[in-house]
Amino acid sequence: MDAFTWLYTDIVKDHFMNPRNVFDPGENIAWDADGIVGNVKCGDQMQFFLKVDGNDMITDVRWKTYGCASAIASTSMLSEIVKGLSILEAYQLKPEDVSKRLGGLPDNKIHCSVLGDKALRSAIDSYLAKTGRAGAFKDVGATVVCTCLNITDRDIEQAVKEGARTWEGLQERTKIGTVCGGCKGRAEDLLVEYVHVFGHDE
Amino acid sequence: MDRRFVYMDYNATTPLHPVVKARMIEDLEIYANASSLHESGRSARARVEEARSAVARLIHAKDDSSIIFTSGGSESNNTVFATMFHLGRKGPRKGIVTTSIEHPCVLNAAEWLKEEGFPVRFLGVDSKGRIDLEELRSAVGPETLLVSVMAANNEIGTIQDVTAASELSRAAGAFFHTDATQCAGKIPVDVEAWKADYLTLSCHKLYGPKGIGALYVRKGAPLLPLIRGGHQEHGHRAGTYNNLGILGFGVAADLATKELPEYSTRVRSLRERLREGLTRRMPYAHVNGHATEVLPNTLNLSFPGAEGESILLYLDLEGIQVSTGSACASGSLEPSHVLLATGLGPELAHGSIRFSLGRDSTQADVDYVIEKLPHIIDRLRRMSTVA
Repeated sequence: MDAFTWLYTDIVKDHFMNPRNVFDPGENIAWDADGIVGNVKCGDQMQFFLKVDGNDMITDVRWKTYGCASAIASTSMLSEIVKGLSILEAYQLKPEDVSKRLGGLPDNKIHCSVLGDKALRSAIDSYLAKTGRAGAFKDVGATVVCTCLNITDRDIEQAVKEGARTWEGLQERTKIGTVCGGCKGRAEDLLVEYVHVFGHDE
Repeated sequence: MDRRFVYMDYNATTPLHPVVKARMIEDLEIYANASSLHESGRSARARVEEARSAVARLIHAKDDSSIIFTSGGSESNNTVFATMFHLGRKGPRKGIVTTSIEHPCVLNAAEWLKEEGFPVRFLGVDSKGRIDLEELRSAVGPETLLVSVMAANNEIGTIQDVTAASELSRAAGAFFHTDATQCAGKIPVDVEAWKADYLTLSCHKLYGPKGIGALYVRKGAPLLPLIRGGHQEHGHRAGTYNNLGILGFGVAADLATKELPEYSTRVRSLRERLREGLTRRMPYAHVNGHATEVLPNTLNLSFPGAEGESILLYLDLEGIQVSTGSACASGSLEPSHVLLATGLGPELAHGSIRFSLGRDSTQADVDYVIEKLPHIIDRLRRMSTVA
């Protein structure tokens, strides 16, 4: 009897049972950068470690998590995908790219898979800062949320990283939704997601 | 050790007792409407009334007619709260006092009354999950309509001092309800000793079928139907009798009454073996709930650094079935409201696992879990961002 058939695909099960590229302190690798996102209080946290060569190519990765089966499986898959990509290519990966490779995740588990790519981007941001290019990928892969003021999901992400926690706080920093207000629903969803992901020091 | 199938989720539900199953299979032939006056109907009705007596005996109710069959615990609890809604709208008393660790069907029914303008107070619990009787004493007064305190908690197994809670409530002139869904069949339930006005039971927690439950209503206590229609259950609960479910409930209730002493001794010793074995191998594990005032079959542990849904699914792969208070398992960001109410930090609440044993549990099952779980926890803690 396959206890997982109703819940997850065989690929998810394989990555959950045998997660790839899990961080092992015994390896003693000098990582070029790392990034951590999420909040243990909300039940998941993710850390990504990167080795990057002189041509901005990712040569090796490791990750650690406090998270559920979907978080483990999707980050394991993500860690396989990013090896050999440039940091720019890796930065553009979306959670859908990972869930597609996993053969899909149950709807209520999609939110568990978003931490991996955020941790990866956080590690790449830290690598960019370390190499004198802080914020260089700020607009990479961004989607416009507020069409009146051309404010993107990345702008909202940045505002949350800088301390925005409420709709008013977000408006104060970005002026989002101050013209027609049509983006409020989508923007508030993103706000909740990003506070969950990036509000880890609270 | 060979892979085993180990079910340790008896607080979620139980399999049919083999005797219940056999009797239900026999009674599949009985199709008559138990309200019909003809011979087949009367024969079906006789079985319903036999079952009513058996359920009354299980909870030491003096009067069989104080038992009303419902579709289960949620309906029984909702019937009590709906009755209070009607009483409160017309009478001077409106106050509702309950606890913060009730089952969601009580919590949400209480929230509904709050939205309707009733003053509702949710009592806190201590770190072991027990309410403070002094807090209850100060919470009840001439305005209190109902006090509802669950007899035993489904997640951590903590048993309340129901008799004391009932006395305080009645002294204030309030009705007293207790949700005994989780303790019937596991510890003695006595509506007379507890002096409950209302008591909720569910059949599938005591080795009977799903979809059937009961509400005990003390003679003289008001009750308004949640489901209106025919005259079944003296007009308290309309709907054609669920003969087969009711029959199964009766048989299960009789067996639970008879087997309780042996069950409780045996399951308690298995639970102690599990607790000792796991905490010896994982001294960092946190035991949730009360050490002595606890259901004999329930063990709730938290593992720092390991997330509950991952633990649950790794155990599942080993054939071990448990439940967790982790948010991820429920799809929200909030972990178990019960564990948070005991003051447990969110990290430990997310990393909680409930083992609930039952009449088919064996020492070999317990030893298999003690063998498998430490490796799983160790693996998750090694890959964890939480040191």
